[in-house]
Formats: sequence, structure tokens, C-alpha cells
Amino acid sequence: MSKIIKTENLVYSYQAPEGELPIRVLDGVDIEIESGTFVAVLGHNGSGKSTFAKHLNGILLPEGGTVYIEGMNTQDEKLILEIRRRIGMVFQNPDNQIVSNIVEEDVAFAPENLGYPSDDIRIRVDEALKVVGMYEYRDHAPHLLSGGQKQRIAIAGVLAMAPACVVFDEPTAMLDPKGRADVVNIIHKMRDMGTTVVLITHHMDETIDADRLVVMADGKVIMDGTPAEVFCHVEELRETRLDVPETVDILYELNKEGYDLDLKALSVEECAQEIYNHFN
Amino acid sequence: MLKDITMGQFFPGDSLVHRLDPRTKLIMVILYIAALFTAKSYVSYLVMAAFLIISVRISTIKFKMLFKGLKPLIIVIAFTAILNLFFTTGEHVIFEVWRIKLTWEGVRTAAFMLVRLVMLIMGTFLLTYTTSPISLTDGLERLLNPLKKIKVPVHELAMMMSIAMRFIPTLVEETDKIMSAQKARGADFETGSIFQRAKALLPVMVPLFISAFRRADELAIAMESRCYHGGEGRTRMNVLRMEKRDWITLLVGVLVLALVIVLNILGL
Ligand SMILES: Nc1ncnc2c1ncn2[C@@H]1O[C@H](COP(=O)(O)OP(=O)(O)OP(=O)(O)O)[C@@H](O)[C@H]1O
Ligand SMILES: [Mg+2]
Repeated sequence: MSKIIKTENLVYSYQAPEGELPIRVLDGVDIEIESGTFVAVLGHNGSGKSTFAKHLNGILLPEGGTVYIEGMNTQDEKLILEIRRRIGMVFQNPDNQIVSNIVEEDVAFAPENLGYPSDDIRIRVDEALKVVGMYEYRDHAPHLLSGGQKQRIAIAGVLAMAPACVVFDEPTAMLDPKGRADVVNIIHKMRDMGTTVVLITHHMDETIDADRLVVMADGKVIMDGTPAEVFCHVEELRETRLDVPETVDILYELNKEGYDLDLKALSVEECAQEIYNHFN
Repeated sequence: MLKDITMGQFFPGDSLVHRLDPRTKLIMVILYIAALFTAKSYVSYLVMAAFLIISVRISTIKFKMLFKGLKPLIIVIAFTAILNLFFTTGEHVIFEVWRIKLTWEGVRTAAFMLVRLVMLIMGTFLLTYTTSPISLTDGLERLLNPLKKIKVPVHELAMMMSIAMRFIPTLVEETDKIMSAQKARGADFETGSIFQRAKALLPVMVPLFISAFRRADELAIAMESRCYHGGEGRTRMNVLRMEKRDWITLLVGVLVLALVIVLNILGL
């Protein structure tokens, strides 16, 4: 499998106010992401997740180290559009990602910027709106839609570029449960269509279906593996101010009481099965 | 309260006026204003009024809506009319009090000015009522395109305008929210002198500005992430196209202007 994303010893600090030392936010991140995988990223507030995400499409450029997208260096100015076309970004606040007063005009924004012919744009826009289930709303005004619907429009706006990979930076943080479920469904759908997904989130339950889970703390990758492997390290995770899914928590607490359960049961069904098997 | 100031109101529809290219409508408004300011006689005003009424009928916009739009501008219109009423010099004095003279010429000029302003505003409102903000900025961008040669940032200006229009409802909503939050803490926006009320608004403006800057920052990043790199090489999904109806409309516009000029020359 080919590597779509590859970072080598990525280092970054934000400019600090006069007289203070710059804060090192990324401190040597080495990561390789295979094409077509669903990677979730966890980390406490301020661990550098958003900063890392912004390096993946050249919004921020590394202070040290390099970022390669399909072999292209993000520091090469001539390649920046190529890179941004391949790596779509969805951010937390849907309101601040929508540029137009009409849904379909907004979705058309990226392909328009890429200079595609108008009938081609039309096809891409209709298709993207159908994937997120907002085709019926194509001539609505975005500000009249719900938060979840707006976020789906923002996702469609990225999908219209037909990116190889989409990076989501806490896409559900501002949504109600219904909106959240819709967005999570779309993420699963995209993975099934073969798009690489990088999902940054604070919701543990959104990560359990991922192929891979990366945990960041203080600008470093501290754990990397399948969700089941990572969530076994309950103690370590708690030390970095992170929690584990409720299912793992139940099994963990039971184990503390002297049982011997397998922590790898992540979904509610698996967890129930594990407990059931054990007590039979 | 704040919801009432919906700038650039647009009433979607399917009339001929709605379907015209925004460029046609913009040029028509320019021709219409030019004709209004050329018109000097009763006959030419009648021609202009007929033109406006026919256009409004075709657009299916109700006159009531156009008059509603006039409301916030009544003071400006009245002020201009009164100024013309008393400061026009003329021979046929109706009465004179102290140094203020009311002349027949004054009455005539004031009446004309009143009609002219009302018709001007109604004409421009017909444009904004029948054209969506986005196609309006599109049309403007395309019309002003030649100015790019003399380094006028036409694309950037059009983009700024359309983003401003996109964010007006969002910011209005946010202002409402902040005001409610401040009211809940005992802020009073309704009573007191103008100075006190302005001061009460300060705790609304500060968070509003901070949030607007944060939004601008995030929007810029989102736009760049979607490959925005200025107007160069950018295409459009909905391309503006001049149809036969557009050319015919423009012809009518030119004819109306020509008619008014001819009437002027003939002294009618
Ligand atoms: N534009 C900026 N200028 C200066 N410092 C910044 C800037 N953006 C982020 N930081 C700082 O960098 C650190 C990492 O921020 P980052 O946004 O990458 O964290 P995060 O993991 O995304 O956190 P969260 O979970 O809260 O979104 C934080 O301490 C933050 O205060
Ligand atoms: Mg973040």
C-alpha cells in the first residue's frame, strides 16, 4: 500500500509574545499514513492536534522536518494546490467554513478555484451533495440550516474536490447528537468509498471503528496502534488526561475487582458478549 | 428588532425581471437613473413613471413592498424636498416671512425632486428585490472586469462583498445572542440618554468584534484549504450568459433614455 501522508521529525513552534520563548507545539512527529485507512487522532487540549492537521495541507509550514503528501513536499510552493486538492480539511465550526449564501454555490467553491469547466463542476457538486444527503437543500441559504446540516455542506464542499484524503478537526464538537451521528455516518461512508480519513476528536466512541488510533501528548505521538491495542493502556491514557471508552472502563473496573476480562472488546455488543462469556 | 435590517433583500421569483442577467439589470438601473436626472418636463416624468410601473408589474413584486423599502429613507427625502422648497430662487413669490421666501419655482423643483428620489429608490429596490446577492456581485464583477487592466482589484472587491453578505445574517444572530446575554445580566439598552445607550452597547460591540476577527481567521484558513488563490484561473459553475431577452431589454432602456432626451430638446 502506498503512503499518502508521511511526516519526518516534524517540529513547529508558534510565535510567542515579545520577550517570551516560543512555545514548541510539535516536537518531532514521525507518522506514516497508508492510503485508504481510517486513522483517528486523540490528545488532550493543546497537545498539538490542530497544529499537526494544518501541516498536512500546507496551511502551516514546518519549522523543522518535512511533510510529504503522496511524495510531494509541502514546502514546495509550486505543489501547494496539488497538495490541497488531495487533502481536504473539515474544521470544527461549520459557520466559519461556508463562503456563499447558496448551498450549491458554496459546494462549488473548491472546484471553481481549481478552474474546472462548469459542467464538470455541476456534476461534482450534485454528487457531493448526494453523498452527504443534502441534495434537496441545494438552493437553500446555509444560515437557515441546522449546525449538523451546515457541517454536512462543509463536508460536501471538500468532497467536491474529490480529495484522496480528508482531515477532520473535531467536526462534531459543536453539533447536537443527531448532527453528530450524521457526520459520523458520512465519515464511515467515505472510508467505504476508499477515501483516507484522518479524524481528530475528543469523542472516544468515534475512534473505536478506526483502523488505527494515534495518541498525541505535548507535541509527540505517544501511542499508535489499533484502537483495541491503544485502549488496553488505561493507566497510561489517564496519565495524559485522556479517558477510555465506557466499554473499556467497565471491563477495566471489573478486572480491578479481580476478574480477568479482555479489554479489547470495544463496541457495546462485544463488551456485553465478553462479560456474558466470562460469567457463563 | 435587528432582524428587520436585512440588507439587500431578495424575493425569489420566476418573472422576466428575475430571469434577466444581473448585468442587464445593473445597466438598466444606470440608464434609468440617467434618464431620471435628464427628465425635466411633466411628459418625460410620465414616461419614466410608466416605465417604472410596467417594470414593476412584470416583476410581480408588489408596490407595497417597494413603498415599505422607502420608509427608512423618508427623512432624507423630506429633507431634500424642503431644502428645494425654500432655497430655490424665483420670481413668483407665494409668500414671504422674514427672509424665507416661498416661490412657485420652489414648489415645482421640490415636487420634481420628491418624485425623482422616490422613483430612483424604487427602481434600485426593484433591482435588489429581484436579484440574489450572489448574482448581483457576480454581475458587478463581470461588468467591472475591464478595470482589472488598470489594477483595480475587482475580483477581491466582489469576493469581499459576497462574503460580507454571507456573514450579515450570522453576525446579526450573534449580536442578538450577545445582547440577550447582556440583558440577562442587567444591561439596559432602551432607556437613558443617547450617550448612555451608546455606552451600554460597548459590551456588545467588544465580543462581537473579537468573534468577527476569529471568524475571519478561520474562514481564511478554510478558503485556502479549498484551494482559493485569488481570481486567477478561477472558473464558475453558473456562468452568466446574455440571452435575447437581455439585449431586447437593454434596447428598451436605451430607447427610454433617448426619448427623454428628445423630449428635453423639443422643450416638451
Ligand atoms: N495561532 C496560535 N498562536 C499561538 N499559539 C497557538 C496558536 N494556535 C495554537 N496555539 C497553541 O499551541 C498549542 C497547541 O494548539 P493546538 O490547537 O494544536 O492543540 P489541539 O490539540 O488542537 O487542542 P484542542 O483539543 O483544544 O483543539 C496550544 O497550547 C495553543 O495555545
Ligand atoms: Mg484543535
